[in-house]
Amino acid sequence: MLEQILTLLPQVIFDGLILGFVYAMVALGYTMVYGVLELINFAHSEIFMIGAVVGVEVFRYLAPQVENGLLLLLLALVLGGAVAGITAILVERFAYRPLRKRGTTNRLVPLITAIGVSFILQDLVRLIEGLWHNEFFLRMRTVEDLEGSVELFEGAIFAQNKSFILMGVSILMLVGLTYLVNRTKLGVAIRAVAQDLSTASLMGIDPDRIISRTFLIGGSLGGVAGVLFALQYTTITPYVGFLPGLKAFTAAVLGGIGNIPGAMVGGLVLGQLENFFGTYLPILTNGNFGTEYKDVVAFLILILILLLRPQGLLGQVVKEKV
Amino acid sequence: MSALSLLLSLAFLALAFLAPGALANLFGLGALAVATFVRLSPQGRTLNLALLTLAFTLGLMRSGNTLGLIGLVGILVALTTLPRIPTWVRALLGLAILLLSVPLAGFANTFVFELGIQIGIYAAMALGLNVVVGMAGLLDLGYAAFFAVGAYTWAIFGSEQAKNFMQGNFPLPGEYMYLFMGIAIVTTALTGLLIGLPALRLRGDYLAIVTLGLGEVVRILANNLDHPVNFTNGPQGITPVQRPPIDWFRELMAAIGVRLDQTTDYQLFFYFLVLVMIGLVVLVNLNLANSRFGRAWVAIREDEIAARSMGIPLLPTKLLAFMTGAAFSGVMGVIFAAQRTFVSPESFTLLASITILGMVILGGMGSIPGAILGAAALTILNLDILKTFSEFVRTSLPQIPSQVDPAKYERLVFGLILVLMMIFRPEGLIPEKRHRAEMEEGA
Repeated sequence: MLEQILTLLPQVIFDGLILGFVYAMVALGYTMVYGVLELINFAHSEIFMIGAVVGVEVFRYLAPQVENGLLLLLLALVLGGAVAGITAILVERFAYRPLRKRGTTNRLVPLITAIGVSFILQDLVRLIEGLWHNEFFLRMRTVEDLEGSVELFEGAIFAQNKSFILMGVSILMLVGLTYLVNRTKLGVAIRAVAQDLSTASLMGIDPDRIISRTFLIGGSLGGVAGVLFALQYTTITPYVGFLPGLKAFTAAVLGGIGNIPGAMVGGLVLGQLENFFGTYLPILTNGNFGTEYKDVVAFLILILILLLRPQGLLGQVVKEKV
Repeated sequence: MSALSLLLSLAFLALAFLAPGALANLFGLGALAVATFVRLSPQGRTLNLALLTLAFTLGLMRSGNTLGLIGLVGILVALTTLPRIPTWVRALLGLAILLLSVPLAGFANTFVFELGIQIGIYAAMALGLNVVVGMAGLLDLGYAAFFAVGAYTWAIFGSEQAKNFMQGNFPLPGEYMYLFMGIAIVTTALTGLLIGLPALRLRGDYLAIVTLGLGEVVRILANNLDHPVNFTNGPQGITPVQRPPIDWFRELMAAIGVRLDQTTDYQLFFYFLVLVMIGLVVLVNLNLANSRFGRAWVAIREDEIAARSMGIPLLPTKLLAFMTGAAFSGVMGVIFAAQRTFVSPESFTLLASITILGMVILGGMGSIPGAILGAAALTILNLDILKTFSEFVRTSLPQIPSQVDPAKYERLVFGLILVLMMIFRPEGLIPEKRHRAEMEEGA
């Protein structure tokens, strides 16, 4: 059994890395919104799903016109990111901002709203797809240029070309975001609002604008992640965002919620853990407990982290003020 | 004004007699709204509500349009919440609705019974969740998990399922259902303890996502514990589940002159059983609200730190709320399993949890009549109105793609309800006094 585990290990790590990059990008959306609003934006998993659906539609309609597979993917990424980002802005504008303006102190109110928004978006996408194609189980169209695979390390890893694209794009996005947050004026403003909203507004920052931008950035990252997810895993439904969303949130908590590098690290770690358990649990238990339990493992990790290290891997302890 | 309201009620009575159906019932709901919001003398209001009860009953018997059931629940809520109605009127009219109107309509149209039972089960659960969310302010998004634990507790032992992992004579005879209602209280409260111990140490929004995750875990377990040992029979679910024998009930009914046939006997029985349960749950709810624990819950909800500094032990108090809510849900799970004789993981999804949450939110967090009204409205919406609407779309708008079937869009409807309520009326339709003050505080 040990030998089997060892031979599988490189592949497990590689697949976990792919999953980890998807989680990392989605987790950033959770963490950034939490940073500025202290709100768990449940609807973010649907923003991710919308990106995936837009990706599928772009491939469906533009694949015959656009010869070059990479150009097609670029179009899908841009469109997916844009639609997802705009949806995120709209959600903030029409669901969360009215609550903020009324200024309820009850913490449940925005949370319940977020859940409601998440449900609305799921069925809205289903409705649109239903009217458009009369089906909502979508399959990503395969494009010659993007297919193909290589074997690395004498066959120890079987890797699809798509996986490298996914990793490359993710790394670019993550580096870009790090630059944006740390080096630009907008990034400074976002960090200022996250640190203290009312003081930031005294320094000439318009918090509403910054919050809106934060949703745009987080949303388009989620959308891009969605397109890549669709490319990699090919089957998409309006309900596909729920589990990755929940796990990406877990990743955000794992890294320390509100902490941007933390979300990236958390995503990568969670991707590894999940894939590790998903592959090895059936082997270790002689098939008695199958891959289905990998989701259970993810939640148990979430609970353990929250209990043992609620500030996450990279977060700082924040004292609750009276 | 009182004359106008009375006139409307009379007009509705005539409509219910002459042209019963959806339109008449919508008119009736309007008349009910007028009767509750207009200033009336106690006698005027009594007469008005009695007329409306009569009209809704008549309409329900003659047409089977289930909006009438919302009307009846609405009258019940009006009876319990409006001021200056004599107590005997409240009691008499309320009992008449529960014991006469609904069964009469049920005999005319058995779907009304089915709805009544479902409303009852969900109302009891909404009341349980109301303890957790409404009183203690703990957002539990995995509430259906406890419902599942309760349902499976009886389904496994009340069917041949238990033979897979233990010796003995299974299925257990139906009488054991009553015992298992007690056992389910214990198993679900323990599950609540198990989930709550880690989850309740966390701050509010983390609690929401952890309960959501654990709700999923329970569903995954129900789906997959058919191997290595077959506990739950996986996605196929368990059937048939035993029902209690009801010969005594048939005899009792025959003694007072009600003749029951093969379908209505169990329906009437479960209807009454659910009524009794709701009565108990409401009693427990009322007593808890005014008890030391109820006050402690409200204190925690309003300000955790202040409550702690007043000497309220946070974790045990929260755990108690969590376990109480879980136990309510568990008992109803047993009844659910027995009534449908079938249990599968399908019934315990996140959507189910959110539906129950929606009932509490719609009615008003912390409000007992609110939770019942919310349960009635959403159950009827889910089981009847959306389906009727689908039928309508299929027959009169055939050019619309088959995937656009309103019955499949309950998420959209529930989502809209949650968002709109939170934006425009976060205290709910029938607000509890203290909650309203709390919601308006920040404004």
